[in-house]
Amino acid sequence: MALLEIANLNRSFGGLRAVNDVSFTVHQGSIKAVIGPNGAGKTTLFNLIAGNLAPDGGEVRFNGRRLNGLLPCQIARLGLSRTYQNIKLFAGMTALENVMVGRHVRSRAGFLAGMLNLPATWAEERCIRDKSMELLDLMGIAECADLEVTNLAFGQQRAVEFARALATEPALLLLDEPAAGLNIYETGEVGELIRKIRQQGITVLLVEHDMSLVMDISDEIVVLSFGEKIAEDQPLAIQQNQEVIRIYLGEEEEGSAGGTENAADVSGERVVTHA
Amino acid sequence: MDSARRYIPVAALLAAVVAVQVATALTGTAYYLTQLTMAAYYSLVVIGLCVLMGYAGQISLGHAGFFAIGGYLAAGLTTHNLAGLKNHALVEFLARSGLLLSRQDSYGATLLTVQPWVACIIAVLTAGSIAFAIGGPVLKLKGHYLAMATLGFGIIIFRIVLGSAYFGEADGISGVPGFRLLPGLEVSGDFGARIQNYYIAWGLLAIGLTLLLNLIHSRVGRALRAIHGAEEAAGAMGVDSARYKLYIFVLSAVFAATAGVFVTHYNGGIGPSEAGVMKSVRYVAIVAVGGMANLWGALLMGIVLNVLSLRGVFGTYDDAVFGSILITIMLFAPQGILRLGLGRRLRVLFARERK
Amino acid sequence: MNSTLFCQYLFAGLTYGIIYAIVAIGFNIIYNTTGIINFAQGEFVMLGGMIAISLHAHMPLLPAIVLAVLLTMAIGGLIEIFFIRWLQSPSVLRMIIITIGLSILTREAALHIWGSSVRSLPYFIGNEITSIKVFSSRVSPQVFLVVGVCSVMVAALSLFFKYSSLGREMRACAANRRAAILCGINPRNMVTLSFMLSAGIGAVAGCVMSPITYSQYDMGPSLAIKGFTVAILGGLGNSMAAVAAGLLLGIIESFSISVLPLAFQDAIATSILLLILFVRPHGLFGSSAAARLKDF
Ligand SMILES: Nc1ncnc2c1ncn2[C@@H]1O[C@H](COP(=O)(O)OP(=O)(O)O)[C@@H](O)[C@H]1O
Ligand SMILES: [Mg+2]
Repeated sequence: MALLEIANLNRSFGGLRAVNDVSFTVHQGSIKAVIGPNGAGKTTLFNLIAGNLAPDGGEVRFNGRRLNGLLPCQIARLGLSRTYQNIKLFAGMTALENVMVGRHVRSRAGFLAGMLNLPATWAEERCIRDKSMELLDLMGIAECADLEVTNLAFGQQRAVEFARALATEPALLLLDEPAAGLNIYETGEVGELIRKIRQQGITVLLVEHDMSLVMDISDEIVVLSFGEKIAEDQPLAIQQNQEVIRIYLGEEEEGSAGGTENAADVSGERVVTHA
Repeated sequence: MDSARRYIPVAALLAAVVAVQVATALTGTAYYLTQLTMAAYYSLVVIGLCVLMGYAGQISLGHAGFFAIGGYLAAGLTTHNLAGLKNHALVEFLARSGLLLSRQDSYGATLLTVQPWVACIIAVLTAGSIAFAIGGPVLKLKGHYLAMATLGFGIIIFRIVLGSAYFGEADGISGVPGFRLLPGLEVSGDFGARIQNYYIAWGLLAIGLTLLLNLIHSRVGRALRAIHGAEEAAGAMGVDSARYKLYIFVLSAVFAATAGVFVTHYNGGIGPSEAGVMKSVRYVAIVAVGGMANLWGALLMGIVLNVLSLRGVFGTYDDAVFGSILITIMLFAPQGILRLGLGRRLRVLFARERK
Repeated sequence: MNSTLFCQYLFAGLTYGIIYAIVAIGFNIIYNTTGIINFAQGEFVMLGGMIAISLHAHMPLLPAIVLAVLLTMAIGGLIEIFFIRWLQSPSVLRMIIITIGLSILTREAALHIWGSSVRSLPYFIGNEITSIKVFSSRVSPQVFLVVGVCSVMVAALSLFFKYSSLGREMRACAANRRAAILCGINPRNMVTLSFMLSAGIGAVAGCVMSPITYSQYDMGPSLAIKGFTVAILGGLGNSMAAVAAGLLLGIIESFSISVLPLAFQDAIATSILLLILFVRPHGLFGSSAAARLKDF
């Protein structure tokens, strides 16, 4: 069954068509990856899905429900959670507190209950705390629980963000370059983690540049270039897709201005070895 | 339990309040109580603003406006004589419902006014409703735009009280009666009621403080801090930031208005300077000195600075002192003076011991 | 309303309007180079007028004004050097509070130096009853001076930013700080310069308006809020639009006297400010497409 359906999605910034008529679906329980050179529109696509940007045209459906026009917080409540390419943690709060905010959609205490510290909220608070601690433990950073997040190492910050996203118990998790800036060892762990998440029944849509990771874990891959979807297939097929190879490797022959830099950035290091 | 640890300092505060009162009684310095009472009320505004600014991250340069709405409405309603309208159906109805108060003014003439507690409710509800109404569009703004919009709101309130006859124009309103909370417990400037007023003010402050302490340690408080830390990510976690910002704005307006009502009854009147922009700036200054996201810091600084200011320690340099404080703190210690050196070192020590 | 009254309101509106525009341009100059809204902008106008009045006791009018403007520029530069230059990427909140503090301190200093009395420079040409007949009403030559001087200043500024190398460097910093550094421009000096420039034009306005509107230590905040209103109306950072918006606000204000009590006149600009912030924070003239990419 299709959990997420994206149909003819469009978004421009000024004259730039960052996402151009993109359609695809993500099936329940699958891991789908979106790849493409820098500036291809992957993050913009995520922002459109999560409600951070309004599409100029097209439609996003989640569990059969149209998401267009909903606020990010409303979309989150429907069971969609995300991480950011450039980590967005709550500065000034500890790692544990960050994850506890993730439990927001799964708890209820309001202003009045909070101000009066009603005993009814105590059990809920304890539950939030325990569950969040459990997630930090799962990510292997339980010892950082009481540290302010801005003081954590980069990898630990990624882990906190991951835990925070999981804390909402989402049906669909959007991961924007979860392995960016991590070393090979940590990247492997991220792969393991994503698999574990899927086993819990969470569907994953991720953007990632690390090709070995993408090829390893995804069931299907969507390739974007200059805002357009140019391929969608299983990993093996994508590796052999001439169009994709050209985008990642053949930029120089084509000599398209502006694209060269992008290609170098992505550098398809591991595409070469796989392809 | 966690919340017990939160209440111990409040209990300590109350003990200190009693100790100070006893000390002033023993040393014959009870005149300090007047300023301490006023300082407690102003601190109520400050802690409300602290949660808005420090925790939710939304600046307001218009809080004196909410204070003034509370104070001026309470003053207007409890002094505006309705005796001439006695036969008006509405007035008659109000009188029969016990919402009006009949008393004699200093010349012996009969005054028929709204009961203070009714006025109080109207004043606070009005301030809350105005905050609710303007909060929607105002809180969509950020940074300079938000600062200017709240400043503009404050200026408009100031202009309204200064320009309308109902609010006494430049003279303000005087002759505001006492506010009887319970039999034998009255908010008023009567010399004889000085001690009970000191306790009323500090009791109110302690209640307000407890409510806010609970709030910031609750699910909602975490959501507010999350909005401050990264609004977009808070939204992605399901926090309805527009609604939460609005609610906390209304809450802090209610705190300010409540303080305004009580101060007005305590002073027996209110003048336009209470609505001035300088007052709003002063509240912001105190929150900043206290360390922004630090309720206890805001409270402490609120008391210290207000008492000094009210005692006239700064003389004609009063505003200049607050201006200098603002600049100095923001230049050299944007985290507030309580976090300079000492506090941090203590915390590090603490953290080490816990491990 | 008869035509005499109409002309009078119109000229009063123009006079105030062009002053508001100058304050707004002062905001814009600093905003464009630093992203800071300088809440002390109105104080520059006050300082210009007050200093010139004090100097005029010892020297003729023109040198007094020139010296006052130079002194105010120096003060503007010093403020930047002492309070802003060395901060490492300060938050908006911090900058708001610092400039508010500066505004308070400047005002309090003025209060202690000059007292709270209302002062003014003499009329530059003739005296308060000298007038020129325009249509059916009589207008003081000072009004033309204010409008003329301010217009020349606006024109000179736009030439400066367009054609002089210094002006271009300042614009380069505003557009892309990093790139400007790579071109060998020192952005910090540009920021100091922008403070001096904006203090300078404020001071000139403060001098020419003084005979008509008088000078007082606490005139700054109200000018600042109106200047800011105008800057927002025109779209923050857009100085040409600010002139149009300034004249608009000045004229609205002056005509409002005929329908509103004087006490509420000051509330008009503020109400307009709130309204525009709520419905069109990118200004009357800005494009909403560009505004979509901005953060308000
Ligand atoms: N808020 C924005 N304003 C203007 N342009 C943007 C904005 N966000 C993204 N873009 C542009 O859209 C294109 C796609 O960006 P993005 O989605 O971040 O690419 P990717 O994540 O694939 O690297 C880029 O050219 C980028 O410059
Ligand atoms: Mg991206």
